[in-house]
Amino acid sequence: MPTHKRIDVAKVGDVTVVKFVDRKILDEAGIQELGAELFALIEQDNRRSIVLNFDNVDFLSSAALGKLITLDRKVKSSQGRLKMSNIRPEILEVFQITKLNKVFDIRGEEAEAISAF
Amino acid sequence: MADNPASASDPWRLVVELPSERGSNRLVTDPLLAQLGGCGWPEADVFAIHLAVEEAITNAIVHGNMLDPDKKVRVSCEVSPDRVLVSIVDEGSGFDPASVPDCTADDRLEAPGGRGVMLMRSFMTRIAYNAKGNAVELEKRRA
Repeated sequence: MPTHKRIDVAKVGDVTVVKFVDRKILDEAGIQELGAELFALIEQDNRRSIVLNFDNVDFLSSAALGKLITLDRKVKSSQGRLKMSNIRPEILEVFQITKLNKVFDIRGEEAEAISAF
Repeated sequence: MADNPASASDPWRLVVELPSERGSNRLVTDPLLAQLGGCGWPEADVFAIHLAVEEAITNAIVHGNMLDPDKKVRVSCEVSPDRVLVSIVDEGSGFDPASVPDCTADDRLEAPGGRGVMLMRSFMTRIAYNAKGNAVELEKRRA
């Protein structure tokens, strides 16, 4: 099992549940590491059903959005599915303003996201 | 936390020159966030101001000054219980904010960048660029 610095990874049945270590996802180096760890789930570990649980996340910058978009594309191009859960209202507003709520599969709680696979 | 809380007649002020390095944003955002908390700004507004200031300073450092160590970003902040004003000036050649493609257009929805200016406009009461496009003023009024 690879070591992660920016994410915590758990398995619930066939679904990989990812939680974020940092409450604020904004510094460039951290975002690059986060992206690499997320992409490795698809490209190295061959995970195909992933939930990103944002429970721990208070803040993210637009640079972090770029990584989420790239992750979403990688998952889709490998015939996987990505869902997001536990997003606080302000971050949900970021997704709505940028219309990323049309791109991402956004659910309420983690259990709801898991049962939607 | 400030010793003397800011008031409408006596706002808290910060003027700082940032090096053009990633991460120097925090020289502004750390004291600014502490001040907003001290002034009792609601959590949603603090999020909005933080996001807008973060995006604007990052744009100034990365796109304006292009990480040139000889160039600075000058930031001034004014915080009172009902109004926040932040001005950010870089030493770059400026840009035309109208030229930033609409990131919500169907064919750009999945583009990796280009969302910062839209988020700043949406989350602040007012944002204004100078004619050259190397200075931006962000204002948030408390609802």
